[in-house]
Amino acid sequence: MQTNVSPTRMQLQKLKRRYAVARRGHKLLKDKLDELLKNFMELVRRNRDLRTAVDAALAEAFTGFTVARAVMSSAAVEEALMFPKERASVTASSRNLMSVQVPTLKWDFEEQKDRSQIYPYGFALTSVELDRAIKLLSDTMPLLIELAEVEKSVELLAEAIEGTRRRVNALEHILIPQLETDIKYIRMKLEEAERSNLTRLMKVKDIVRAKSI
Amino acid sequence: MHKMAVIGDASSVVGFVALGVTVLTAKDAGEGSLLLKKAADEGFAVIFVTEGIALGMIDAITSYSKKPLPIVLTIPDNEGHTGAALEKLRRTVEKALGADILFGKEGTGQ
Repeated sequence: MQTNVSPTRMQLQKLKRRYAVARRGHKLLKDKLDELLKNFMELVRRNRDLRTAVDAALAEAFTGFTVARAVMSSAAVEEALMFPKERASVTASSRNLMSVQVPTLKWDFEEQKDRSQIYPYGFALTSVELDRAIKLLSDTMPLLIELAEVEKSVELLAEAIEGTRRRVNALEHILIPQLETDIKYIRMKLEEAERSNLTRLMKVKDIVRAKSI
Repeated sequence: MHKMAVIGDASSVVGFVALGVTVLTAKDAGEGSLLLKKAADEGFAVIFVTEGIALGMIDAITSYSKKPLPIVLTIPDNEGHTGAALEKLRRTVEKALGADILFGKEGTGQ
């Protein structure tokens, strides 16, 4: 590699200091990457489990709605659901996970605390399938919210891991080797200079001695 | 306090009305993308998109993946789930870990 540093002692000192910092930074970043990966794998596993559960539950709930539509009528279902009694709302805040800001969600129904009173219609004109589907859907809500949280965290962590990995690699494969070659280059140059100085001195001494005799 | 929204075809998402989640119906992915953008601008924190529509608007969805909010989540629709969400997870893992490690992990994990 072509090095482009002036072979002086001062430069050597500077490079040595930079080398030490780079080594330390590399070690720290590598530790960070390891920890990120550990967290990431945990979240991914949680994500997969939640996703499977949610997919199954929602599929069942949607099937319920389809059945309800068949039993009642599409219009009747929509009419029954027209005015919701509840309003689901979430509070999003963020949490610091390995210096990555990941969202945390808190979710609740706004209007009332009693989860059994979510049906926005009288029971007389609606089918039991509709009740069941709605119950299932509202039971799935906490899972859905957690899934949202986890999946987002996974995405953000993946981003952070990618960035950190890039920095680790840049340090490991470019900056540190370059500093190493630079340091080596200066050392050799300095040694060479010293040797040439020494031989010159010896030569000069020889000449002086030859003259004085 | 943030709001939640569902984007999807009318027959799939009708149930969410009962829970007081804002329901936006879209017939296709193009409409879905517009609604998604609108919902994101309006400050919805969590936006669910049904898979049937999400398939055609992957770009629009992934454009939000780097921001903390909104959280865009795909959910299955009434035609069942296609495994698109797990596929997306797999891709994310692949991106973060590199392909080699992923397949090993997934192989033992499942």
